[in-house]
Amino acid sequence: MSKEVVLQVKNLKTHFTTSKGIAKAVDGVDFTLHKGETLGIVGESGCGKSITSLSLLRLIPSPPGKIVAGEILLNNKDIVKMKEEELRKVRGNQLSMIFQEPMTSLNPIIPVGEQIAETIRLHQRLPRKKAWQKAVDLLELVGLPSPEKRAKQEPFQLSGGMRQRVMIAMALACTPEVLIADEPTTALDVTIQAQILELMKDLQRQIGMSIIFITHDLGVVAEVCDQVAVMYAGQVVEHRNAKDLFKTPLHPYTQGLLRSLPNIYENQQELQTIEGSVPSPYDYPVGCRFADRCPHAREICRAEAPDLLEMNNAETKVRCFMHTEKWEAIEEKEELVCP
Amino acid sequence: MFLFIAKRLVQIIPVILGVTLVVFLIMQMVPGDPAAILAGEGASQETIEQYREDLGLNRPIAEQYLSYVGNVFQGDFGNSLKNKQPVLDEILLRLPITMELAFYSILITVALGLAAGIISAVKPYSIRDVSVMVVALLGISLPSFWLGLLLMYLFSVKLQWLPVAGWDGPANIILPALTLGVGGAAIVARMTRSSMLDVIGQDYIRTARAKGLKEHFVIYKHALRNALIPVITVVGLQFGSLLGGTVLVESVFAINGLGRMIVDAIRTRDLPMVQGGVLVASLVFVFVNLLVDVLYRAVNKRIDLN
Amino acid sequence: MASKVTTTQSIDLAQARKNTRKERWQSFWSVMTQNKAAMVGAVIIGAYLLMMLIAPILAPFDPYDISLEDKLTPPSMEHWMGTDDKGRDILSRILYGSRLSIGVGFVSVLFGAFFGITLGLIAGYYGKWVDTIISRMLDIMLAFPGILLALAIISALGPGLINVTIAVGVFSIPLFARIVRGSTMEVKKLEYIDAIRTIGANDFLIIFRHILPNVMSPIIVQGSMRLATAILSAAGLSFLGLGAQPPSPEWGAMLSSGRDFLFSAPYMAIFPGLMISILVLGFNLFGDGLRDALDPKLKK
Repeated sequence: MSKEVVLQVKNLKTHFTTSKGIAKAVDGVDFTLHKGETLGIVGESGCGKSITSLSLLRLIPSPPGKIVAGEILLNNKDIVKMKEEELRKVRGNQLSMIFQEPMTSLNPIIPVGEQIAETIRLHQRLPRKKAWQKAVDLLELVGLPSPEKRAKQEPFQLSGGMRQRVMIAMALACTPEVLIADEPTTALDVTIQAQILELMKDLQRQIGMSIIFITHDLGVVAEVCDQVAVMYAGQVVEHRNAKDLFKTPLHPYTQGLLRSLPNIYENQQELQTIEGSVPSPYDYPVGCRFADRCPHAREICRAEAPDLLEMNNAETKVRCFMHTEKWEAIEEKEELVCP
Repeated sequence: MFLFIAKRLVQIIPVILGVTLVVFLIMQMVPGDPAAILAGEGASQETIEQYREDLGLNRPIAEQYLSYVGNVFQGDFGNSLKNKQPVLDEILLRLPITMELAFYSILITVALGLAAGIISAVKPYSIRDVSVMVVALLGISLPSFWLGLLLMYLFSVKLQWLPVAGWDGPANIILPALTLGVGGAAIVARMTRSSMLDVIGQDYIRTARAKGLKEHFVIYKHALRNALIPVITVVGLQFGSLLGGTVLVESVFAINGLGRMIVDAIRTRDLPMVQGGVLVASLVFVFVNLLVDVLYRAVNKRIDLN
Repeated sequence: MASKVTTTQSIDLAQARKNTRKERWQSFWSVMTQNKAAMVGAVIIGAYLLMMLIAPILAPFDPYDISLEDKLTPPSMEHWMGTDDKGRDILSRILYGSRLSIGVGFVSVLFGAFFGITLGLIAGYYGKWVDTIISRMLDIMLAFPGILLALAIISALGPGLINVTIAVGVFSIPLFARIVRGSTMEVKKLEYIDAIRTIGANDFLIIFRHILPNVMSPIIVQGSMRLATAILSAAGLSFLGLGAQPPSPEWGAMLSSGRDFLFSAPYMAIFPGLMISILVLGFNLFGDGLRDALDPKLKK
């Protein structure tokens, strides 16, 4: 099974220098995105998933933020090393993005059609009229009613759902290879959420792009993602095929996340939560970052930091000692001590 | 929009009436017998009584106010005590000069202020930003009458590039307009900077960058236009202090505008002239504010929703 | 019994507010001392206040002593800032004049603050028609552009330093009143004010013990900014000959007489203006720092 790799991120680190010290918001993120697939990046708020998505387009405000290490390979070209000029040609063209807040992510005083047409003119060098027509077509494609009229309107005249459709149209304007969607449905009503997700899946089929879907909502992941990267405290802790992940989660954190998910088929008495809280990005523990909240943690977990290791196949990676040979040795020893 | 303008027009009526009331009451505050003052120094008791009768000063104060307002709206501001000519004639002679000065000054305020504010905001906390902001702080702190004298000393006395005073040609406008405009420019610059920094931190600027737009497009097309909205209000308010400032600057540069007319009238205790001058300047300010409101509304259509 | 519970609760709340006030004061102090610009402003203001107090000790000459044979001498070792057209030592005049120029600024701002705060508290606390009347009054006062209201008042009261002080003070009233009115309306909504009212505190007590302390920070910020403008306006009016009269060493008046000698003796106009500028700069620097330290909206 050799699928074409579109985007590969290796050991990405984005740190912020503040008066309180260095915040390691993203501190070793690895993942692989295949052509035509959807990769979900999940984790609690504050785990670094949004910073990861902004890092991919180098949109981190600097200062205080900076990508201090790692590679972001888009078709084997490293975005981290690109010059401004080269980067601008990638942004909005090969790699585009939808943001979490449709209310504030559109310029309030520019007609939405122009905000889309502007991108088209920039990357495809189309004349004004053609670019405008294409913007209107895109608005129709994303299912905005009476697109001719809407294109001339300013964002305040549109509802949240409509604005997110505009954002999607804008992101798709130049048929990107990769679409990064940072919590695109979080700010919307549940019914609108479903519509937007459906729209994205639909468009992916038509255009054949790959999607990175950033969310804290595992339900959404189950619905749209092929692959999943689970993030915790600035790192990817589990990177798997979505079906496998939901069936047999390997990392204790993923297990905790799944247990905290409400299940309408089983009659649960109460939802389980993960005890404790995420360590501060200013001061991570030496060993495993999840050790303090992990029911399985042993001495080694606090002493050494585990690596993100491949399991049986290259598509399954976990950052946990439980799935290493060392662990078996530890368990054997324990059995000897207290049978 | 028409409804909005109509509404605002109705709203300023009480303000205008209030301004006339204040100006009228100031006349009443003058110690001594107003009739005696209006008749001029050394007038005989008969003349004073004549004035009292003619001007209705023996009638109740409310009635006097009503007739004052009635006269004002018919363009009758009374006669000067000094030369007995109608105050309105003098005002019509002086007002255009002051308005011209104010126009060029506000031009300097806006152009200089915006440029400085943008230059600062594009690279915040850089040496460039800090130096521009230090200059702006100085601009706010310098008394305009002193700045005027310094500029006059430098450009007219030392370098002899520009005329010392008067109001005869374009060269005469430069120094007074600069003197009057610099303070406002400093305030506009500070406001523009903070507004720009605020806008640059907004989500939609990130969106613009994510589209691959060049940085100057991001700044001038996406950021600046939004940042200017709050600046409009500041410029409007600035026009008020600028109008007040004409009093000082016209005095420094010996310009025969409305401001100098008021000061001279206070010195000679020509009260109808002071009243007329202050009233007209205030009315101009009230209408400029109305204009600013309409402009703000036109630029910022989002208010419709709230 | 029920009222007793409320009493202790409200006392606790008041105590808690006092504690947070202390904390706020500490955080304010640390923000201010870290702000270099504000500290420069504070040092400038301090130096001027000191100058005001010990002017007689510092002044090398009598500020009113006319000696026509020494007139219009440029700055020298003997007369650091030169002498004016009547042979008076400019430095000595400036030192003595500080009492007038700074004094007028402070007194007029206190005057404006007193009436402005009172009106603002009344309008904000009572609301309804009281607020409507006061607010309309303030609107009218603000409809006069710049110092024109002050000019109109002087035209009635006649020229003189005291009248200038009143006129500039009146000009400050609406600015204080607006800020206090807004803050009062916000504080009034807080729950503990209701709690105090239920235990029978009267309006006067509520306003002065509970609301006023809470609206102090915007008043202080505005006060510092207004001092800068008031000093500028007062000096401007004296410059126009409507305030301090010769031979008074008020800085605006000194500048005014200096402008007749701009060609021959520019130092006569330069030094008084420089003194005003530096002082106003001090207040602006300090005011900026105060605003950053006290305005919770900007803190975030």
